[in-house]
Amino acid sequence: MTDFILNTWAALPSYARSTFWILVVTVTVILSVAFTTLWERKVIGWMQLRKGPNRVGSIFGLVPGIFQPFADVIKLLLKEVVIPSASNKWLFRIAPAITLIPAFAAWAVVPLDPNLVIADIDAGLLYVLSLTSVGVYGVILAGWAANSKYAFLGAMRSAAQVVAYEIAMGFALVGVVMAAGTLNLGDIVRAQAGGSSNWFVIWLFPLFVVYLISGVAETNRAPFDVAEGESEIVAGFHVEYSGIAFALFFLAEYANMILISALTAVFFLGGWLSPFEGLLGSSHPLGEPGFHWLFAKLFFFLTCFMWYRATFPRYRYDQIMRLGWKILIPVTLVWIVVLGVMVHLQVGPWAA
Amino acid sequence: MLVQLLFYGFSAILIAAALGVIVARNPVYSALSLVLAFFTSAALWLLIEAEFLAIVLVLVYVGAVMVLFLFVVMMLDINVEEIKRGVTRYAGLGWFIAFAVIAQMVAVFWFRGFGIDATQGMALLPADHSNTRALGEVLYTQYVYPFELAAMVLLVAIIAAITLTMRKRPGLKPQDVAKQVAVRREDRVRLVKGVGPKTDPAPESDT
Repeated sequence: MTDFILNTWAALPSYARSTFWILVVTVTVILSVAFTTLWERKVIGWMQLRKGPNRVGSIFGLVPGIFQPFADVIKLLLKEVVIPSASNKWLFRIAPAITLIPAFAAWAVVPLDPNLVIADIDAGLLYVLSLTSVGVYGVILAGWAANSKYAFLGAMRSAAQVVAYEIAMGFALVGVVMAAGTLNLGDIVRAQAGGSSNWFVIWLFPLFVVYLISGVAETNRAPFDVAEGESEIVAGFHVEYSGIAFALFFLAEYANMILISALTAVFFLGGWLSPFEGLLGSSHPLGEPGFHWLFAKLFFFLTCFMWYRATFPRYRYDQIMRLGWKILIPVTLVWIVVLGVMVHLQVGPWAA
Repeated sequence: MLVQLLFYGFSAILIAAALGVIVARNPVYSALSLVLAFFTSAALWLLIEAEFLAIVLVLVYVGAVMVLFLFVVMMLDINVEEIKRGVTRYAGLGWFIAFAVIAQMVAVFWFRGFGIDATQGMALLPADHSNTRALGEVLYTQYVYPFELAAMVLLVAIIAAITLTMRKRPGLKPQDVAKQVAVRREDRVRLVKGVGPKTDPAPESDT
């Protein structure tokens, strides 16, 4: 039986196999988003000495509230999608999709496992950068098409913020490219092999911090969520959206969070490499590379996103701009020079 | 065959999008058509295996330049009628420039030709050929001086843009964040005894 499955699998044309993996990754990401919303509410609940959602479903009395995301999805699906009469109807309908597509498309080049990546392309890092920068169009168009002052303010804020933090993010990744000597994400992970002392988080620590901060800003998450800013501009760019159209924005935001967490792990924490590789060797069960290590790192950063949201008050808009342009970008520029010197003198992992 | 179908499909979309840029009544639609044009030209570049240029086109023009374009176009209250009057006035100049551009392209591709035989299909590069690496090697060896020169021109442009927009206006009160952070409670709050309104005794409850 297993032989039969394996043979059929090998006989399939390569595009069928890629399509299969695309489906697997997409469905996994959507399901992860559902449970991420639950996890977020639980984590923030615990941080605020509450229980979080615990009414909907349980598995043998354990994990109460496990089916809360599905209840939410069904509720959103059944709600009416209100389209404002003075809005630009076509752009209003298409904007949620434009936000969502890049959030999923970027997964094509993320290496999940030593052997598993949907598209192993050489310019993978550039591909990821360009797709994350396209995601902002959905936000801008949603804000403009809704024909509402609040939505428009949110869109303008988001546009300026994303463009500013993209530069810091790009410079941080220039450091990663300099250290790894390649734009291929799988090769970037392989360049960090040989124990956790070779991970870029140690050698590029300032760039790691900059990337983490600009990752939060790029996803419009708290404390950088001025595009939504409930207390100032109601709900920002998606104030006019209801039902499943709103849910698509929600889905895109969480998919982007998971993506940024995975990318942080890939760029700075050795992706699917084991942290014990240097101590135990890669043949030991704990030192073996695999998807579980990527998942553990991803989960840690994802939880950090929630932690920030529970901890920090929202940034003031002019201070966001100041942080991006006057602090993060100079920090990256200085560290790129330091990195250049380190590579030239062959310090640490660059020793010949 | 598939490549040719894709080529003609993308080319048709590209031409339609380029027409949309100049034909659309709503300037926001024009900007969005330009975004579509960039995307389809990136797809065309992917077809000729120039993946680095294609992705950078999306990254720079779609991801940054057009976002700012849209930003500005949405903020402006553009009177389309006024612009249309301008179009007829400058039509002659426009046609002249269009013909000049076409003539130059024809001169380059037709007469010089770069030794490319257009009737032959494109020779495919081996799978392990890295476009990015090849581009980097040429840029930093053969074309290093033009490359550095372009970088200097851009730097000068940045400095010029900043000096043009950063003007010192009188009466401006910029924030000094370091000073704000360094402030301690003792600098701002002073507890004074015995001044201020006397607090009323607590109101008696109704019950």
